[in-house]
Amino acid sequence: MEPTTTPAKPQFSPAAQAEIKRLLTHYPDDRKKSTLLPVLHIAQAEFGGWVSPEVQDLVAETLGLRSIEVYEVSTFYTMFNLKPVGKHVLEICRTGPCMLRGSDELTAHLERITGAKVGETSPDGHFTLKEVECLAACGFAPVVQVREKYYESLDTEENVHAMLDELKGLVHRPILPWEGNLPNSLQNN
Amino acid sequence: MGRKLLTEHVNVEGIETFAVYRKHGGYRAVEKALKMTPEEVVEEVKKSGLRGRGGAGFPTGLKWSFLAKPEGVPRYLVCNADESEPGTFKDRYLMSKLPHLLIEGMIAGSYALGARTSYIYIRGELLYVMRILEKAIAEAYAAGFLGENIQGSGYSLDLHVHPGGGAYICGEETALLESLEGKRGNPRNKPPFPAVQGLYARPTVVNNVESLASVVPILNMGGDEYAKIGLGKSTGTKLFSACGHLNKPGIYELELGVPVEEFIYSDEYCGGIWKGRELKAVVAGGSSVPILPKELILKTAAGENRLMTYESLSDGGFVTGTMLGSGGFIAMDETTCIVKNTWNFSRFYHHESCGQCSPCREGTGWMEKVLHRLEHGHGSMHDIDLVVSVAKQIEGNTICPLGEAAAWPVAAAVRHFRDEFEWHVTHPKEATAPGAVYRGNMVLA
Repeated sequence: MEPTTTPAKPQFSPAAQAEIKRLLTHYPDDRKKSTLLPVLHIAQAEFGGWVSPEVQDLVAETLGLRSIEVYEVSTFYTMFNLKPVGKHVLEICRTGPCMLRGSDELTAHLERITGAKVGETSPDGHFTLKEVECLAACGFAPVVQVREKYYESLDTEENVHAMLDELKGLVHRPILPWEGNLPNSLQNN
Repeated sequence: MGRKLLTEHVNVEGIETFAVYRKHGGYRAVEKALKMTPEEVVEEVKKSGLRGRGGAGFPTGLKWSFLAKPEGVPRYLVCNADESEPGTFKDRYLMSKLPHLLIEGMIAGSYALGARTSYIYIRGELLYVMRILEKAIAEAYAAGFLGENIQGSGYSLDLHVHPGGGAYICGEETALLESLEGKRGNPRNKPPFPAVQGLYARPTVVNNVESLASVVPILNMGGDEYAKIGLGKSTGTKLFSACGHLNKPGIYELELGVPVEEFIYSDEYCGGIWKGRELKAVVAGGSSVPILPKELILKTAAGENRLMTYESLSDGGFVTGTMLGSGGFIAMDETTCIVKNTWNFSRFYHHESCGQCSPCREGTGWMEKVLHRLEHGHGSMHDIDLVVSVAKQIEGNTICPLGEAAAWPVAAAVRHFRDEFEWHVTHPKEATAPGAVYRGNMVLA
């Protein structure tokens, strides 16, 4: 398993610092706290897909907030992982419309293939399975989100394996920000 | 095929770029608005009869007219792009395919409201859509439709996209504003309403993506003309996101007034129920609205054709009707277990309750627990009444409507499918067998 621990005193990369600086201009000067959610997203992407207490402290320091103001927010929103995760977090939608089109079966299938149960990371450290609520892609169910990408219509073996193959190909490379390929459902509508 | 006012050019190659969008008539509504007074723009939207497309159906023009305008205090327009009502996926589609349509609607709306800074609050899961929007916004700045002195009108506007962090509750407008301020998404007590104290305690209007996009055709054709489309008080066109057991799930723009039966079965729309099966039930407006059995979704209790309008879908109140809601249309075939589906939705609301109000925090948990045991064959007849009684105790006793949203589907499922719940109690073995289907052929004790 690749190291997912955070260095004791994490620092934002210059690119992240520039992005945070840009974000701060979007809100009134006395409302820096508004940048908290976008900055937490940046932090999660920078530091291995999760936000450790140290990373959250860095966010607090960067925005001039108390640490508790960051903790109370990071624990409210489901997108922030508070524990180390594998290289890819498979967020499987489990809500009604996806369930009607086989999300239970999909989850069981993914558990079998990856060797991880929901909430766990596979032994090779490649995949973490996470169940999430409605991803707003109900017409193309069942759906899995991995980082910024939606994988849709995963009701066939073929589509599931295409997703996993694509992800496996990315396991040993740094993951670049996803460059705007639309999900299947939005390509030829 | 009815008229398409929002998605007319959705399949045009490159329509997500400023140049192509502009070539197809884009930003004419902004040019028109900037020549009008802000009050005249509000008046056009009022005349159009446009009702909020997020779910509540409140008239958009009226909402705009409530905005407080104290001297020297900034006001805000915030777009609610926190689309997360199960069954609803129209805003994601609209924003990724037609980002400039939303931006254009927001410029016109911001001008009408006198906002100098506006935000699109988009659910965090849609970071890829945020990038599409940001690209489009940069194009609009470059073309002089955002920023200082838009098109030489003297009006200036900044527009920013803001991601959420994964929380259904942030679709509630005051929770959204809390979240935009960098806090937990706990809904606020009202009054004061956002129109008086919204973002940063300043006057704020929060509108759904589709509502703001609809402002564009309204201004282009005029409010009166827009109001002629549709049926009665359900004016204009509306996006419906169809999902579940349909042959052709997807997003459809309808002139309000199409019969439900046509929407489900016509090849022009959803193409009927998959696998040649029978329709069992429909949740017509997102998971929060009451479920209806086939007979009542196709025809009202009075035997009239049910239509895709606000009025027709709510005909019969919650006894025999439902709501148009967000347009999230979930169809279920004859093999669907209503108890399991109800439990699934209850789990959703329990998971998404912010935990602020006890009736919702505790009640949604109780409903999930009791429905879980009913679904898994461990329930009693008393549990069926218990779950309805819990639903009743949540309703009306919470700060925000998530309580009602959690309670209504449960109450309606038991109202219309009580025999199926009872079957789970009387025949636990059959009901929990893999692939079990209730066909209504049980003998009630």
